[in-house]
Amino acid sequence: MTEMTGAEAYVKALEKEGVKYLFGVTGAAIIPICDDLLKSKIRYIGGAHEQGSTHMADGYARVSGHPGVVQVTSGPGATNIVTGLATAQLDSSPVVALTGQVPLSMVGTDAFQEVDIIGITASVTKHNIQVMEAVEIPHAIKSAFYISSTGRKGAVLVDIPKDTQTDKADMVFPDKVEFRGYHPNIEPNSQEMHWAATLLAKARRPVIIAGGGAIASGATMELIELAEMLQAPVATSLMGKGAIPSNHPLSLGLCGMHGRCEANYIVPEADVLLVVGARFSDRTTGSLRGFAPNARIIHIDVDRSEIDKNVDSITRIVGDAKLAIRGIREKVAQQRNTGHTDEDLVKRIKEFKAQSDTLNTSPLSGPEVIRAIRRAMPPDSIVVTDVGQHQMWAAQHYDVRGPGEFFTSGGLGTMGWGTPAAIGAKAARPDLPLLNISGDGSFAMTENNLAIAVDEGFPVTVVILNNGVLGMVAQWQRLFYNRRYSTIQRPKHPDFVKLAESYGATGVKAESTKQIETAIKRSIKEKQTTVIDVPMDPEENVYPMIPPGMGLKDILLGGA
Amino acid sequence: MPLHTVSFLVENKPGVLFKVANLFRRRGYNIQSLTVGPVEGSPLSRMTVVVDAESRILNQIVEQLDKMVDVVKVKRLDPLRTLSRELLLIKMKTSDPIARIEAVNTVNAYHGLILDVDPDILIAEVTGPTDEIDEFLKRIGPIGIEEMSRTGAAAIERGNVKLA
Ligand SMILES: Cc1ncc(C[n+]2csc(CCOP(=O)(O)OP(=O)(O)O)c2C)c(N)n1
Ligand SMILES: [Mg+2]
Repeated sequence: MTEMTGAEAYVKALEKEGVKYLFGVTGAAIIPICDDLLKSKIRYIGGAHEQGSTHMADGYARVSGHPGVVQVTSGPGATNIVTGLATAQLDSSPVVALTGQVPLSMVGTDAFQEVDIIGITASVTKHNIQVMEAVEIPHAIKSAFYISSTGRKGAVLVDIPKDTQTDKADMVFPDKVEFRGYHPNIEPNSQEMHWAATLLAKARRPVIIAGGGAIASGATMELIELAEMLQAPVATSLMGKGAIPSNHPLSLGLCGMHGRCEANYIVPEADVLLVVGARFSDRTTGSLRGFAPNARIIHIDVDRSEIDKNVDSITRIVGDAKLAIRGIREKVAQQRNTGHTDEDLVKRIKEFKAQSDTLNTSPLSGPEVIRAIRRAMPPDSIVVTDVGQHQMWAAQHYDVRGPGEFFTSGGLGTMGWGTPAAIGAKAARPDLPLLNISGDGSFAMTENNLAIAVDEGFPVTVVILNNGVLGMVAQWQRLFYNRRYSTIQRPKHPDFVKLAESYGATGVKAESTKQIETAIKRSIKEKQTTVIDVPMDPEENVYPMIPPGMGLKDILLGGA
Repeated sequence: MPLHTVSFLVENKPGVLFKVANLFRRRGYNIQSLTVGPVEGSPLSRMTVVVDAESRILNQIVEQLDKMVDVVKVKRLDPLRTLSRELLLIKMKTSDPIARIEAVNTVNAYHGLILDVDPDILIAEVTGPTDEIDEFLKRIGPIGIEEMSRTGAAAIERGNVKLA
């Protein structure tokens, strides 16, 4: 036990968690802590806006696997992180948010810069805690890291009133925290694994859908082995991209609203469907009637509340996906001869793949731009995306070899996530090139983060698929509202090249895939934050598309 | 839709009731009643909620509650073994002597107690399962209800089982 102030205890608690970076924006309610940070080795990355700082922490968390930490002041500082927390929470990303608060004696009085951030964030965090006494700070911080990074990961917030930062107390730093109501490590039930294995071994057309949980648990090796053993093709949700290499003969790619042909045609044919760490989001399933009408469903998830939430399964395995798949694989191996390739299946997948890849091959179409980016990026590199048409083209056409290469805001679909997330990701992996596949609308939402990329030495490359419109919404209006365009025109953009230059970054206008590739390669070679502005056709649609409310097989392949 | 009773133990600390209520609001679960009270000799409180839900939603309610860090244990009570009681305090206008006699008789028939007598007003306490209280209120309705306060159901299962 040592006597120290709450602020000192806070810094020490973060150091004990191994925190390297704090992303945030400062303010009055957090000054005591900022003062003590001067004595720490933790690197503070000051942001332009708290939303960006939260996305940085999120990008850091997704890439490193360790909690990303955002620290902000009370009131507007705290409310500005809400979008970032919801984004992280919906994609199960471990983000810890630390908010200053007015002194306890003033809480509840509508004091200057007081907001009820506990109430405001209760619905977008896994857990939140308000510190009531200085002595609680070490335990509260330890708890936040523990809860955010175990079980189904997520966002956790700790609200720290200013007087608890300055009060002194005898501090105890626990090595471990326990909760009566939180037991994240669940062993998959062996009986259920046995049933799953039996179903799969007998299946004639088994199909696997992998989601973010398959990646979070590091189950991809096991998953691929099981798929090969069963000759079961593997589709993924948006969050599951990377669970299987894009060029694997059994890979079906993205499933759902903008899923690839191979996924959306083959998933509904399944007689047994193994769903691993995915949550049957409406964007992945399309209309539930057309989803997998004849399939018996096996669902694996660490979060028991996801089981039978949207779709009923007949075998349910709660627990770590890697352990569960390993268990199933062993039991399948005892029941079934495996090894030979299902040539017919592989051929069909190949044909559908060719169809998906040739829907639009005009020189600067979305898919062609994505393929050019892929050609220019070295194998060991990371891309993130913003949200809109460009994101869907990236999800469909940016080939990956495995997990850890592609990150996106899936569940919340937060425009503006990409640029700051890329910076956070770069902080986690400074050795790898980082690129954000962005849209003009998305980029404009958080472009101010370029200043941080340049200033703090986290060079990132942003390619803007600049169609001059809020393209995804325009597409819906084109297809489902008889071209009645409304609210999709952006106010005139600044010149993105000059904008980049004004931040001290490089700006390039690229009007061919060749120029795109050259600019990307140069930005990586010179380690220069670079914005590459690519003029695109505002009328192009993302295909395939399943119209909302329709089944997977009701694919639109083009036309309008 | 059928009514179900779910009991759960939560950490007895500030903010937990808010988080539970917030969960019900945000996921659109339909609460008929919610009761809370501390558990003797423990840092926990017991909450009992009666919900109107079909089985998928009921299952979700249990799982979503269970997922909360501050919720320690959740159980959907078995309707065949559940003893459930709520308390009603009721104020009746009984200036008319016949109404007064009828009110006293009805309270007695439901094993209630008269708590306070005033020239024009009777106050009674009635406990029982929710449907019995509903029935009592239907009978007393024509006599004239001035004011009432119901607690919502507290519930516990028969036999050697417990929520702990
Ligand atoms: C913060 C936020 N606001 C609004 C939306 C709704 N929305 C989804 S896609 C989209 C258009 C995105 O435009 P842009 O970034 O230019 O990408 P494009 O679709 O043109 O490729 C909009 C407005 C959103 N997803 N996120
Ligand atoms: Mg656009």
